[in-house]
Amino acid sequence: MDPLHDSAVAIATAVNRGEMSAADVAETVIPHVARIDAQVDAYLQLTPELMRAQARRVDARIAAGERLPLAGVPVAIKDNMCLDGTRTTAGSKILGNFVAPYTATAVQRLLDAGALPIGKTNLDEFAMGSSGENSAFKKTRNPYDLERVPGGSSAGSAASVGAFAATLSLGSDTGGSIREPAAFCNVVGFKPTYGRVSRYGLIAFASSLDQIGPFARSVEDAALAYDAIAGKDPLDATSIDRAAEPTAANLPRDLRGVRVGIVKEFDTAGLGTSIDTCYRNAYDELAALGAELVEVSLPTAKYGLATYYLIAPAECSSNLARFDGVRYGLRVDGADVGEMYERTRAAGFGPEVKRRILIGTYALSSGYYDAYYLKAQKARTRIAEDFARAFELCDVIASPAASSPAFGFNAKSDPVAMYLMDYYTIPVSLAGLPSLSVPCGAVVPEDGTRAMPMGLQLASPLFTERALLGYAHAYEQATRHADKLRPVTEGAR
Amino acid sequence: MIDERTGEVSAETRARYEAVIGIECHVELKTVSKMFCGCPNAFGSPPNTNVCPVCLALPGALPVPNAKAIEQIVRAGLAFGSTIPEHAKFDRKNYFYPDMPKNYQISQYDMPLTVGGIVRYWLEDGTRGECRLTRIHLEEDTGKSTHASADGRLAGATSSLVDFNRAGVPLMECVGEPDLRSAEEAVAFLESLARTFRELGVSDVKMEEGSLRCDANVSVRLRGAAEYGTKAEIKNMNSFRSARRAIESEIARQIAVLEGGGRVIQETRGWDEAAGVTHSQRSKEEAHDYRYFPDPDLVPLDSPPAAADAVRATLIETPYERYIRYVDGFGIASKQATQLVDDAALSQWFDRVAAASGQPLAAMHFVLGDLSRLANETGIAISGGKVTPEALAELVELTQNNAINSSAAKKVLEVLWIEGGSAKAIVEREGLAQVSDRAAVAALVAEVLDANPKVVADYRAGKTNVLGFLTGAVMKASRGKANPALTQELLREKLEQK
Repeated sequence: MDPLHDSAVAIATAVNRGEMSAADVAETVIPHVARIDAQVDAYLQLTPELMRAQARRVDARIAAGERLPLAGVPVAIKDNMCLDGTRTTAGSKILGNFVAPYTATAVQRLLDAGALPIGKTNLDEFAMGSSGENSAFKKTRNPYDLERVPGGSSAGSAASVGAFAATLSLGSDTGGSIREPAAFCNVVGFKPTYGRVSRYGLIAFASSLDQIGPFARSVEDAALAYDAIAGKDPLDATSIDRAAEPTAANLPRDLRGVRVGIVKEFDTAGLGTSIDTCYRNAYDELAALGAELVEVSLPTAKYGLATYYLIAPAECSSNLARFDGVRYGLRVDGADVGEMYERTRAAGFGPEVKRRILIGTYALSSGYYDAYYLKAQKARTRIAEDFARAFELCDVIASPAASSPAFGFNAKSDPVAMYLMDYYTIPVSLAGLPSLSVPCGAVVPEDGTRAMPMGLQLASPLFTERALLGYAHAYEQATRHADKLRPVTEGAR
Repeated sequence: MIDERTGEVSAETRARYEAVIGIECHVELKTVSKMFCGCPNAFGSPPNTNVCPVCLALPGALPVPNAKAIEQIVRAGLAFGSTIPEHAKFDRKNYFYPDMPKNYQISQYDMPLTVGGIVRYWLEDGTRGECRLTRIHLEEDTGKSTHASADGRLAGATSSLVDFNRAGVPLMECVGEPDLRSAEEAVAFLESLARTFRELGVSDVKMEEGSLRCDANVSVRLRGAAEYGTKAEIKNMNSFRSARRAIESEIARQIAVLEGGGRVIQETRGWDEAAGVTHSQRSKEEAHDYRYFPDPDLVPLDSPPAAADAVRATLIETPYERYIRYVDGFGIASKQATQLVDDAALSQWFDRVAAASGQPLAAMHFVLGDLSRLANETGIAISGGKVTPEALAELVELTQNNAINSSAAKKVLEVLWIEGGSAKAIVEREGLAQVSDRAAVAALVAEVLDANPKVVADYRAGKTNVLGFLTGAVMKASRGKANPALTQELLREKLEQK
């Protein structure tokens, strides 16, 4: 068993059977990750001592006769999730010195399932961005072309798994922050139904949209991680009190009888010939597996971006008010408390975060609330209703996961051009649906020479994670697109 | 008219105006834990000991509502006849303040837990009134700041200390309609609220610990005017007494402004207890835009009618209802009825005596008279002492049936206070039964008259007030047991015979 390249399923099986100890996994992984990360910069912080201590606990539990679903599986954690005793920054200077005194529920559940924490991964500041470039600390590179972005906001979580510097990772997705970087980094990225995974300990961006989910190099591994973290949490009032059925076992092999919706309004012709060809090919592959392709319509999906960029900033303007220099994090002193607030927040937040706080504050202001925030909530309801109608005709909707393959650093200096990357993922987020990105081929970008990975987004009705993962698994096993590309980083098999 | 020298308005001028007052008050709920986390809801702990990631607003922490606090608000609302809407929600009220950890307060904006209702109250003289409630909603308290300058003021302070123990304590906000017309009515309204909350067990309502804080919206208008005047909001009233003084002072100030040809400005004014005046704090133009929006961390609160009915079924008599029963049903005077109602344990105890004896007025005189004196002297509550309601009911009956006289009753009560037991047994043991036997009392009367020939002569000369002395002498001779009415009757008979 090779803990650097094998699947989470294989590692957990070997560790549970005593074929390899979790401690040996940790000792193999620690130097390997350090070597790869020197090229990719996926991690803001490596936690080898925590990893070793956790490996000892796992080995003791195995020795005591327990079997753990993620025994000895090395995992990376997006740095907007609290892990007790580690610096947790959300990619922001304002939390540059913040050491979390508690652990997020999803992270704790991974640890309880036997996973080994490798470190905390880089992200766009407060998960706001689609390239990773909004991190206050470093630029994470795409392991398939180091001159390109890994996507965002879960930049490091996608890049670490894509670069074989983690077997699994946790990301968070508000408008596409798991699915888009998964597509860019040739991995599976899964955003469960809103409320399936506890947000307790996840540093909030937009509370009504934020959802934690896994990255993996296979659908089966993603399902294994999802099974470990899903379920009601008494510490999150919005987590769903509904039994999460295990998804990782008995995944199907074909798509016979499955109706796949292709969205009329999501015509890929406008994305350029090679991208269009890639997605048309992916839809044909679904049909070849027995799926029936049906055209569905989402007439309000085009309002998704505008809706999202009112709701998400409104919530973030309030969520980020707590970063004030009073209790923790950065403080820049001033003559009085008002000046202290202003200086702290001016120095602590980056430009994109400030932009969204300003937009959100404006949208919630007296006299504008009805025209902006309330209207956006109504649009959100209409978008969700469109999806519900579409699902009367199909079981799952297939679409691009992002508007293009990974682009170069500094290529999207216009914020709206960056926002457009999430055109296909945002409506799905607004509807709260479970969705994922699965590798579906490669495209040579117009400004490049190297083939870059592409992702197919699949979205299904609320709480149908098991079916969704099944469709993706059947597609992945039949096509094996991810295996056709190799990272440029060292250490890839 | 304004007195040019003192700047005060005359009583006649004052009488031409009518005040319009609406009260808003915040009441800390008495729950085991805070509103959105499991930290203890306790007063007086060392600073920053009752805190956790949630109430400190650490990154990633989320609120989970306290179901008990929600039930308490519903209970409070139902006690005033409020409607419990089927749908309610929590909203965020956004503003920056160092002792508010999230820099927003979780509150309720347009869909509160209770709507409407009426607070009924009575004034000291027994006049009754009522004030409509707009709503009661649930929110969370802030922490407390201490400014570190030498004189304790913000000006000159180089740093501030914040204690977050109180942050997140459940807070009930009651908003009253502008139905009150005097400071006295406003205080009576507050007292009625406080009594009811105490009785329901939803709050201790300790103003000195800040568990009840109130603001008053005050305006004045000429009597008979249809429109309200411009209001000022008065803050920082820390006791019922200061609320009364502040409102009275503000009414006088506004009348003086109008009489002087000025206009009242809509603003927030703080009450200065020491100076006895209100000071302008901020005008409406400077008012915050709180940017309320539904809290996305919390799900809407659904309360099916059956749930409210279930709470309603557990409601008991309110203090106001009890007051009315005492005054209208028992004929107890307003002052005494208030005394009883203000002590819930005592009034429950009293109700048992009243029921067992069937003599509520006589029972009230014992309870508020000799028994209260004994309780005060010994520092033991009546309801926690050795006298059972049944024993006192027995004593009431013994006096009402003339089985013992009032001085004997006093003795019995003193013994009961120390020993407990039955009143009848004590009467028998101590031989305190009243002597109503005509022959026996007549013998004592004859004895006393023989011993006091001069007094007898005085009486017969017209000084009839010596009857009291003679009655006392007979009582003394009987060791307090003679029936006083019979004694006087026989004395008169004998004295007027000759």
